[in-house]
Amino acid sequence: MGYKLTPAGLAALLDELVTSRRVFGPVRYAGKGRLAGTDLITYGPVKGLADVVWDARTTFSPKEVFFPVKESLFYFSHGEITESALKASEILETVVFLRACDLNAVTRLDKIFLENGPAADNYYARRRQHTHFVLMECQESFPGCFCVSMGTNRATGHQAALRPEGGYYLLQALAEPWLSLGERYGQPADVEPVWVQKNSLTVKVPDRVDTSLFQHELWREYSSRCIACGRCTLSCPTCSCFSVQDIFYRDNPERGERRRVWASCQIDGFTDMAGGHKVREDRGERMRFKVLHKIDDFRRRFGINMCVGCGRCEEVCPEYISFARCVNTLSQLMNGGAGA
Amino acid sequence: MIANQIANPYLPAPAQVLAIQPQTGVDYTFRLATDIEPAWGQFVEISLPGVGEAPISVSDAGPGYIELTIRRVGKVTTALHQLKPGDTVYLRGPYGSGFPRDEFAGHQLVVAAGGTGVAPVKGLINYYAGHPGELAGLNLLLGFKTPADILFRTDIERWQGLFPTILTVDQGQAGWLGKVGLVTEFVKEIPLKNDARIIVVGPPLMIKFTVAEFIKCQIKPEQIWVSLERRMHCGLGKCGHCKINDVYVCLEGPVFNYSRARDLVD
Repeated sequence: MGYKLTPAGLAALLDELVTSRRVFGPVRYAGKGRLAGTDLITYGPVKGLADVVWDARTTFSPKEVFFPVKESLFYFSHGEITESALKASEILETVVFLRACDLNAVTRLDKIFLENGPAADNYYARRRQHTHFVLMECQESFPGCFCVSMGTNRATGHQAALRPEGGYYLLQALAEPWLSLGERYGQPADVEPVWVQKNSLTVKVPDRVDTSLFQHELWREYSSRCIACGRCTLSCPTCSCFSVQDIFYRDNPERGERRRVWASCQIDGFTDMAGGHKVREDRGERMRFKVLHKIDDFRRRFGINMCVGCGRCEEVCPEYISFARCVNTLSQLMNGGAGA
Repeated sequence: MIANQIANPYLPAPAQVLAIQPQTGVDYTFRLATDIEPAWGQFVEISLPGVGEAPISVSDAGPGYIELTIRRVGKVTTALHQLKPGDTVYLRGPYGSGFPRDEFAGHQLVVAAGGTGVAPVKGLINYYAGHPGELAGLNLLLGFKTPADILFRTDIERWQGLFPTILTVDQGQAGWLGKVGLVTEFVKEIPLKNDARIIVVGPPLMIKFTVAEFIKCQIKPEQIWVSLERRMHCGLGKCGHCKINDVYVCLEGPVFNYSRARDLVD
């Protein structure tokens, strides 16, 4: 069902929504940007319509709503192990406002956490099952986006789609509570979601990447340029790697916890084994590992590319390394070209 | 996707240490009370709360127990070496692929193992020691750094009486009358049948060069199985640390047919 809402109508709708649900979306943190005098646009709690930022891409992705940067798995106390519990506020139904690329990214995270291996990840599942999505339609794309190339400009699995247009908000309600909210706060209207049809950036993903290209000199450029800061993976909406660590509390060594924290294949230590053996010490090799995971390995395993073309990794890289350019170079090499 | 109905795959179960047998100054074999029934070549995650968790391959198993031979090289293993019989450790698993018994049946089997690489094949060798009729011969090629590093001495002495066994050390010591040299140097001394099945387990370089020697002897990659060492951190295909190409070593490995393993490039 489609509805047309005035800004006041949508504001009232959200005011009602936040009384019973946690709502997250792109919000602005004034003065918190990476450069002096800039704002940080990232995911945060939404208390009302005024909080939602419509005209910018977030620096970080919405994944941390259901895959926190740091999460306690269980607690140790005098030989007893107790599983961590969610706070009452964390088991509320959660609504996330996100773009089509990021919604596609959730399906990638689901593949790893819910499908890969012998068992589902219960810590991911317990947050994910309460998380619902509202699609923020992109009428045009941001600089550096290449969702059309990745086939992620369209999305499914959301409860509602929403876009500002002509001084109103157009809502496509696909499930409750949006059907009844639309009924109460808007006027019925014909609403079809719009999708980005063209990005200024086009990326050609190679159909396959031969292992012969693993030693290609194209990776050497990254050996010196990449500083292994890991920003690209931490801002990526599909990166799912983590490390598990045990800690005990300094004031009571009998008690402690096992927790997991985000990890990055780009940062030193990712492959370290006891005894000193490690692989991919060279940063060019790490770049190759990451790029091929995003556009080749994952697809061979799950049938879809991991990368959703959001462009964040390139935007946050302090060395201006372009993921898109690297993929296009690979395509040219696979087609017998000399590369960019 | 109802999380409160999903078992917690990260939750380890307590297991009592039944016995600790030092093999060398830095390698101890722990016998742990558990119902885990691993296949040959599988691993478990062993942990000590507050210290951490480590993937360790199972060196032997029997009714109600498993054995892990653990070298003291890191934080968790150093803490494990402080334990005494009766103490409690925490286990989850078993994880990963094991060695394919069906592929070996009726064939000559050659096991080439270096150092702690002997641990994941010890149970397999002991099984064939009791069921020699399942194979058309078993040859062992075992290498250690020095005589002081030799693991499973009593087992090896028994195997030497049952199968053609080459035991070598990289560096001899005064009083060592056995063979000296790398495992790779002795591959050509093994009389190989055309259809022999080969297992190679050990440090990465040992695997690389030993496999190359077998291939020089007209053994096809499909006849060779290797066990890879990676940081198998969660064991569940989630954390990403052990991934190579599209493969998760903790799921599809650590045991791989070499026709697959040779295409895995870090």
